[in-house]
Amino acid sequence: MAGTGHAHLRGDALLSVRDLVVEFPVGRTGLKVNAVSGISFDAQKGETLGVVGESGCGKSTTGRAIMQIPRPKSGEVTFDGQDLMQADTETIRRLRTNIQMIFQDPISSLNPRRSVRDIVLEPLNIWKVGTKEERLARVNKVLEDVGIDPAVAADRRPYQFSGGQCQRISIARALVLEPKMIICDEPVSALDVSVQAQVLNLLEDLKRDYSLTLMFIAHDLAVVKNISDRVAVMYLGKMCEIAPSDDLYRAPAHHYTNVLLSSIPVADPTVTVATQRVQGEPPSPVLPPAGCRFNPRCPAATDRCRTEEPEIREVAPNHFVACHHPIHGGEAPVSVRSTGS
Amino acid sequence: MSTLQTAVRRETGTLLEIEDLATHFATPGGVVRAVDGVTFSLDHGQRLGIVGESGCGKTILSRSIMGLLPRRNVIRKGSVLFEGTELTTMSLKDRQKIWGAEMAMIFQDPMTSLNPVMKIGKQLAEPLRIHLGSTRENAQEIVLKLLQDVGIPEPEKRLEQYAHELSGGMRQRIMIAMALACGPSVLFADEPTTALDVTVQAQILDLIEDQCREREMALVLVTHDLGVVAGHTDQIIVMYAGKIVEIAPTATLFSKMKMPYTEALFQSIPKLADPSHTRLTTIGGRPPNLVAPPDGCSFSPRCPYATDTCTKVEPELQQAEPGHLFACHYPVGSDRWNEVQVSLGRRSGGH
Repeated sequence: MAGTGHAHLRGDALLSVRDLVVEFPVGRTGLKVNAVSGISFDAQKGETLGVVGESGCGKSTTGRAIMQIPRPKSGEVTFDGQDLMQADTETIRRLRTNIQMIFQDPISSLNPRRSVRDIVLEPLNIWKVGTKEERLARVNKVLEDVGIDPAVAADRRPYQFSGGQCQRISIARALVLEPKMIICDEPVSALDVSVQAQVLNLLEDLKRDYSLTLMFIAHDLAVVKNISDRVAVMYLGKMCEIAPSDDLYRAPAHHYTNVLLSSIPVADPTVTVATQRVQGEPPSPVLPPAGCRFNPRCPAATDRCRTEEPEIREVAPNHFVACHHPIHGGEAPVSVRSTGS
Repeated sequence: MSTLQTAVRRETGTLLEIEDLATHFATPGGVVRAVDGVTFSLDHGQRLGIVGESGCGKTILSRSIMGLLPRRNVIRKGSVLFEGTELTTMSLKDRQKIWGAEMAMIFQDPMTSLNPVMKIGKQLAEPLRIHLGSTRENAQEIVLKLLQDVGIPEPEKRLEQYAHELSGGMRQRIMIAMALACGPSVLFADEPTTALDVTVQAQILDLIEDQCREREMALVLVTHDLGVVAGHTDQIIVMYAGKIVEIAPTATLFSKMKMPYTEALFQSIPKLADPSHTRLTTIGGRPPNLVAPPDGCSFSPRCPYATDTCTKVEPELQQAEPGHLFACHYPVGSDRWNEVQVSLGRRSGGH
């Protein structure tokens, strides 16, 4: 479960993250939460990168760290050729017009006292885009694109809408500045399945129409598979596996990915899943285990896993895994030290 | 005492009989028909799943059966027979004797269901002392056994801990231990794993299943997740707008679903077996307002197969085969269904 190594990074990415570290202090104890401990990944233009993992694995922290909220402790975040870690506040503010975020709880992420039109209009006002008429026309267009009728809805307030509609409004607000990338943090987790399907289909359409790059953070593996081109699996602040989504689900290489996949309840009583269960729950990120962070729960852990942190390496074309004893792809060479990609 | 605790129930036959149960709430906006005429029965040791989207009345149904509802502004109708005893007319005092002892419930959020200022050991012993009159020592012994049963490591240490010191999965195990304490004959589990991670969810579902089998305890599993009910129930009720729209043995429901709502719900789930970027089938619109539900079939405004009949005449529950009931004028497989499937391009004709 190392995040060390950059074998999986590509040169031509829109977003590139290297050795990202985010830590939070625990009160005044001097201890720290190792939320993200040196992960690297990238997203190419037009790609949807899915990030999955259980609560506390650092997936949301990663999304926020890209936006520099808060500033990560160390690492490199390059977006569209610009290093965000070195950039000053004003540059980052400008850059955020190009990377937008949508969140899990659509109702609380919208100001309850403002009309839908004002909510979606605000980014345009801040950046003084076009004339007032042009702005209003843009708002109407974006609302229509997300499936909200501006004539009916624009003067209403968020509480008058259902969760699914509020999520559409959040998406409209994110889209109105025509960003290059949207980071979606659990955008459908609070929604019913029927509404979830609507929002997932909508995101697919918008990605095409607005030529977006998406980072899609979620805990639901089936949802992530549906929308992603490439999926990264995180565990306790580290990257386990990253692969094209069909490959990852067809042939997981990391034992943690396998456990995650076999834990999903399948909506088919005739399927008897080969149940690969794990004992216990993820340990605390305050004192993460040495070596591979998954080793205390891993069915294949050896002494090597308890001491040496595995490095990420390619086990199949475009399929990268950080494991000494992966399910396929052969044992990791002993004491390998990759020099980076 | 511990005989009751460990006694394996051998009863068979009907445990719960719910007839025409309705729970309406009087609100300033009108009467909300949260549960509107529900009839079914549950046998001893049977595991029943209740599925539906938010607001379909599944939680209110399970609470109505237990009688866990406020008295003010609630209009209740119908009957709940528990082993032949009518619960709806029972006094609060008598019902309290049944809660915990005969019917127990676990909830979605274990943190808010546990007392944050009472030690775990004391909380677990409470139902034993109230319902079974156990002594302190006797209760402690049973509590330790319970904690082992639900797979809690270092049970002695947990007795002295508070809820906030435990993880979400551990808290849910404590809730289950507490629910099992007096050996109830039915466990109501209301979204027991929704707040948990997928690996922990699998553990908790396995635990509930093991305990139901060992104790021959019936289960009412309320969830929005068709995946959860598929693997852990014998029978499933699908609810929509406060009513049962389909009820069938689990295997039958998934292989021969009749109600278009069940079909739509099933199709809108992203499936791991499908390649990525598979277009999901959605259900248009949203669930009806339960203050003024539509005339006829309440699913008709969202149903692709609906005709004038559906918007005028409410379909009655009808039998597809013994044990499998559905409420629809044009069920899956009917001529109308085939016709629409063809026109939607989902099928080239035939089933």
